[in-house]
Amino acid sequence: MTMRVEPIIGRYGHMEIEGRPHRVYWEEAGEGVPLVCLHTAGADGRQYRAVLNDPEVTAHHRVIVFDMPRHGKSSPAPGTVDDAYALTSDAYAAQILAVCDALELDRPVVMGCSIGGRIVLHLTHRHPERFRALIGLQSSDHVAPYYDTAWLHRPDVHGGEVCGAVAYGLMAPQSPEAERDETRWHYMQGGPGVFRGDLWFYKVDGDISGQVAEIDVSKCPIHLLTGSYDYSCTPDDTRDLARRLGVEMTEMEGMGHFPMSENPERFLDYLRPVLRTIREG
Amino acid sequence: MFAGLAETGGPGTPLALRGRALDARMMLRAGSGGAGSETLVTIRAGAVILVEDGPLVMPSWDFAISAAEEDWALFLRAVPPPGSHDLMALLKRGAMRFEGNLHPLMSNLLYFKLLLASLRPAPASEAMA
Repeated sequence: MTMRVEPIIGRYGHMEIEGRPHRVYWEEAGEGVPLVCLHTAGADGRQYRAVLNDPEVTAHHRVIVFDMPRHGKSSPAPGTVDDAYALTSDAYAAQILAVCDALELDRPVVMGCSIGGRIVLHLTHRHPERFRALIGLQSSDHVAPYYDTAWLHRPDVHGGEVCGAVAYGLMAPQSPEAERDETRWHYMQGGPGVFRGDLWFYKVDGDISGQVAEIDVSKCPIHLLTGSYDYSCTPDDTRDLARRLGVEMTEMEGMGHFPMSENPERFLDYLRPVLRTIREG
Repeated sequence: MFAGLAETGGPGTPLALRGRALDARMMLRAGSGGAGSETLVTIRAGAVILVEDGPLVMPSWDFAISAAEEDWALFLRAVPPPGSHDLMALLKRGAMRFEGNLHPLMSNLLYFKLLLASLRPAPASEAMA
């Protein structure tokens, strides 16, 4: 029996983020224009497994996917495991810039989904000169709270079970079952309170609705794509953001909140032309 | 509307296995106020053992899930449209309400999502209808 080996390489890197030492796990594949991919709240870099494995993408891009601290294989900084966790815009931006600096990336493309789709707005607002282009998946400028996130982290409810159940419903019913199972499994494996802590950024601290008018897309192009089944960030939410930014948005039919993970092959059909446009830009 | 739960979630089903640590009484309401219907679902060791349609005299329940009949109908389509494919999607757009002691619901969230979705027809049968 032969084994099929994927071209993805995973490594650990030591770096300082906001004055603390961190051991960050990242995966990468390919060569060319750096493409940094940001996973969703409460998940990890496995969401981008298909992008890392796509020969057409990796022929042109060095695809880099890191696990945020507390996610996947990136543990909390030493001495912080029991700290109350609530992700802020400053902390999230600092993580991304630290990884880009540590890997010496020259004006990478950054693609993020959900909280990642939000932070790219903060990145272009703060540092448009540092990026070649940005891609926002399931990107909106804010999300009004619609359920009590305390249910995601309390001792009498299994965090993995409830986080997985929330993620399950955010996907499109048409997405392949195996990919949906993989996607909700990432949520079932999340650390206690991590999903909830990330949502602090998504629903409270990361609200950028008041600064959208200050974003200059001529300094750094931004591409927006949103799945039609996402109820957390609906296509109308992204449409409204796109209108205010003066850019186009693409609605991805039959996909939910995790396009790159719940329906990877279909997502790649949407992503490849965007990357081509960025490279030719 | 919910009578089929006794079969799809009854003893010996995969749903009963998934919810094996669960005892709960769930009130399902379709419609609003006095004009709506109510159904009391009793679950023991994960299995639906009783589905009682209203009107009910002095019903006792742990939590209730309420939505307009047309919103339940959208949720129960073989392939529901965006905004109606998940209980929390309905919650987000203000079309559904959870009330009561939500601990049994939230600590078995996937079970209840799958239990209610088990009433959906298979996609092929709806296409033929």
